[in-house]
This record gives sequence, structure tokens and C-alpha cells, in this order.
Amino acid sequence: MKVKKESLGRLKRKEAITAYIFIVPMFLGLMVFSVVPFVQNILYSFRKMGTFGNGTFVGLSNYQKLLQDETFWLALRNTFFYAAVGVPLVIFFSIFFANLVNKKIRGRTLYRTLLYIPAITMPAAISILWRWILNYQYGILNFFLEKIGLQRISWLGDVHYVRWAIILVLVWSMVSYYTIIMLAAMQGIDKSYYEAARIDGASNRQLFFKITLPLLGPMIFFAIIMVTMGILQIFDFIYLMVDRTTYSYTYSMSLVTYFYECAFNKSSMRGYGAAISVVLALIIMVITIIQMIVKKYWIKTGD
Amino acid sequence: MSIRQSESLFTRIMNHVFLVLGSFLAVGPFIWMFLTSIKTFEETIQIPVKFLPDIPRWENYAIISDKLNFPRLYLNTILVALMMIVGQILIVTICAYAFDRLKFPGKNVLFLGMLALMMVPGQIFVIPRFKIMVSLHLTNTLIGLVLPGLFNIFGVFLMRQFFSTIPKELDEAALIDGCSYFRIYWNVLLPLVKSGITTLAILTMLGAWKDLMWPLINNSRAEMMTLAAGLAMLIGEHTTYYEQVMAGGVIAVLPLIILFVIFQKQFVAGIAQSGIKG
Repeated sequence: MKVKKESLGRLKRKEAITAYIFIVPMFLGLMVFSVVPFVQNILYSFRKMGTFGNGTFVGLSNYQKLLQDETFWLALRNTFFYAAVGVPLVIFFSIFFANLVNKKIRGRTLYRTLLYIPAITMPAAISILWRWILNYQYGILNFFLEKIGLQRISWLGDVHYVRWAIILVLVWSMVSYYTIIMLAAMQGIDKSYYEAARIDGASNRQLFFKITLPLLGPMIFFAIIMVTMGILQIFDFIYLMVDRTTYSYTYSMSLVTYFYECAFNKSSMRGYGAAISVVLALIIMVITIIQMIVKKYWIKTGD
Repeated sequence: MSIRQSESLFTRIMNHVFLVLGSFLAVGPFIWMFLTSIKTFEETIQIPVKFLPDIPRWENYAIISDKLNFPRLYLNTILVALMMIVGQILIVTICAYAFDRLKFPGKNVLFLGMLALMMVPGQIFVIPRFKIMVSLHLTNTLIGLVLPGLFNIFGVFLMRQFFSTIPKELDEAALIDGCSYFRIYWNVLLPLVKSGITTLAILTMLGAWKDLMWPLINNSRAEMMTLAAGLAMLIGEHTTYYEQVMAGGVIAVLPLIILFVIFQKQFVAGIAQSGIKG
């Protein structure tokens, strides 16, 4: 009996040691490339740093400067604007199109393929493409606008429109990706719900609003979180679509774009850039916590 | 097999109207990209807009290929994606196996730690990571692009889910037969989570394909760039000649679109998996 217990203990120890060996590569990598950098970055945010070296300790001065930096506040406002306008649009249209291609409809496979193509295209290519479509003089969008009697718009050059142009491209590319995710969630809904409701005489509209939408709840919630996080970190489209020598670049900048400019394109603002990334992380943390709390009260179905 | 009530003719027509409109919005820009890429410069700046070129001008593709070394960019991008995929499969799946199947002290704490780390936006790591690459002389190398992307926490969550669908009796039987834990992981379980590995590979490939910021930061030399970073260079230098820029765009997107059309099922399943709740 005693012997057996001992060998059981040895087996357990062996299992634990094996487990540690198995997770060591992952955790070592996370240590070197995430945990330590995380701490370092926070330390950098208290320093005045240039492209080379570690600079000098300046306490909270980077953060004080942020508070008075108009460009920072603009970038912060822009980022929230992109999220506030972009998230509902992406969620709405992805559910809309997913629902359409979920129907038994002729040409469904083709529609799906076409709708999904933006989702697999790299943002860099999307950016140069839309930069051309939105071109003031020769862009095809302005051509169509004039055709229907409207005025041409300097989409990427006018500070009043540039943010909407970013939203347009952002939503265009994200709807495609989330249509795939929403459709998968719709296909996961048990068919018997629909059959039962059908027998009770429910209309198609009722099926959608009383079954599909509620059962999609957890997925919609998850998608809201993912889209929010994605948009709060928007960089590529702004960086590549808007001419970086113009005023409208400053006017459309997101937090991450400003972070990139400070940390890598300006010679003595790397510490300042680190401070921006810390603020961004704090914002995302707060929003995540809020969303978790909302989830607790909002979603009772699923899981 | 009609679960839905057959819809009215009007609704059915509207379905198609919306879908045609949606499909056109999704693909139209790409068609425009292609049409522009075979025009002359004069045709691109013609007012009113000229939709089709008089004669397709394929030279644009040759011209842009002289300015941007596309074979090299492709090679770099594919190598980066491949190294990331292989590296992740090795590092991520064995870690996921340990978290799903083995008992060890501190398991929950470590798992929560990973979860917390996953929530942190990536920008916060970027400056220190770049400093690491500088000190390791890994700037302007492909390894420098791959290394920080190898330790994919989401991948661990994903693979753990796949492992958890396999009955535990299988491991127990193998254990009684005297299999080591590594053999159970490698010979018994890994072959059973092939669909999970495919998903991980597709998501990793899409990520490596799309990523822009890190390649821009780490690799500034043209011959070490990825496609995305190469396209970014194109904008700064040749924006006036959109027929050339669009030809570059076509070269950059067409192969993946073709790949997508062929392997649509796998792509869609992969992307759908990125939407699973953790």
C-alpha cells in the first residue's frame, strides 16, 4: 500500500515535470518577447529617448506633455470616433449579409466567395487600391458622385471628409471578415428551433428576430469586442491611404499611427511613443473590463 | 426540406438585389484595380473616367516589376509565413497539450497569465522588441520578422480546444501501454487534431501576410521586405503613376485570391474558428 502511494506520487511528479518541459519553449518566448518588453516599455515611457541608447529619466514628463499635446487628443478623439462609428456598421452589415447568404438562395456559393474576398486581402493592397478610388481628380467614386449630380469630394485631402473615408475602407474590409464569422455562428444554430417555430406558424421575420438574433447574442457580443479592439488599434489604412505630408494626415491620425510616428519616424520621441502605447493599453484594458461587466448582465443565454 | 416558409417573390428579388450589390461592392474595387493596371497613364487620368483601355497595356507589370522585386518579396513573405507556421505548430501545440492533458502545480495561474497577456495591445511590445532585434543583429533579417510572432497565445487556446474534444481514454490506454507523454502527444493526439493545425496554419499565414507595422519597423532594406511593406514603399515613390501601382497591387493580391477560391472551405473554417469564444 505504501509503495503504491509513493509510486503514485512519483508518477505525478513525472507528469508535472514533463508538463513544465512542454510549456517551457512557449513561456520562455513569452518572457523574452512579451513580458520583459512590457515592463521595459513602461520604463521607457518615463524616459526621454531617441533612436539610439536608453536616454535619460524624466519622470512623468512624457505623460504631462501628452495632456497638453493637441495632436494626442486629436488622435484619441479620432480613435474613439472610428470605433464608435465603425463597430455598429461592421456588426450590422456583417449580420445583414451573413443572413442573406445563409438562406437557400440561387448562387449562394458564388455570392459567398465574392463577399469574402476583401477579408483575405492584405490592408496594404486595400489601402493603395482605395487611395486610387478616392482620388480627388481621377477617382472613380467622385466620377459617380458627379454622375448623380453631386459635388466631387476631396476624400483624403479635406480634413472634414478624411475620417469618413477611413471609416468607409475600414468597414468595407471588416464586414467581409465578420460576415464569415457571423455565418458560421448562424449555421451553428440548431435547426430544430426553426422547425418548431415554423410549426407554430412563425413568419420568416419572426424566425430572424426571435430565434437567429437572440441565439447569435454571445457571438455578436464577442464580435463587438473583437471589432472594437481591432479598430482601436487601427494603423495600416491611415498610414497608407492619407498623404503623410498633408494636414489631413494629422487630422485622421489614430493613437497607433501617432505612436508609430513618435516611436519610429521622429528622432527624439521614442520615450514619448512608449507613453502613448501605455495609454492605449490602459484604454483597452478599461474598455475590456467594461465589456466584461456588460456581458455579465446582458448575456444570459449561451455558454 | 424547407424549414423557412417560401419567401414572397418580392423578398426573393430583394435578396438578390442586396447580394448583387454587396458582391459588387466587395469585388468591384478589385476589378477597377485590374482595369487600371492595363491602361496607359493618359487613360488613367482621362476625364470623364475611361472604363476600358483601348489596348491592354501589359507593360505596366514589367515596369513595376523593375521597380519592386516581386519574386523576392513573395519569397520573403512565404518564408516568413512558413517559418511562423512550423515554429508555432511545434511550440504552441505541445504547450496546448500540456495545458489540456497534464496536471501540474501553477497551471491555472499560468493560463490566466497568458489570457491577460493576450489582452494587451501589441504596440506596447514593439519598441523593446525592436531594441532586442537591434542588439541581436536581427534587424533586416527574416528571422527578426518571425521570432516575435512565434509565441501565439491565441494558438494555445485554439489548440487546447481541439485537444479537449479527444477522449481522455485514448491517452490512458497509451499510457498503460508504456507510451511516454511525448509519444502520446506526437504519435497519438497530434494526428487527431489535424483540422486544428490547419486552422492554426491558415490564421498564421493570413496574419503574416497582412502584417505591416512590424515588417516596416524591423526590415528597412528592400531585399528583406515582405509584400505588405513593399507595397507601402510603392506609395511613397510612385503615386503619380497609378497604372503601375495598381499593377503592383494585382501582383500582390491575385495569388492569394486564387488560393482562396481553391481552398475556400479551409480558409472559411479557419477564419470562423478565429471567432470561437475562448
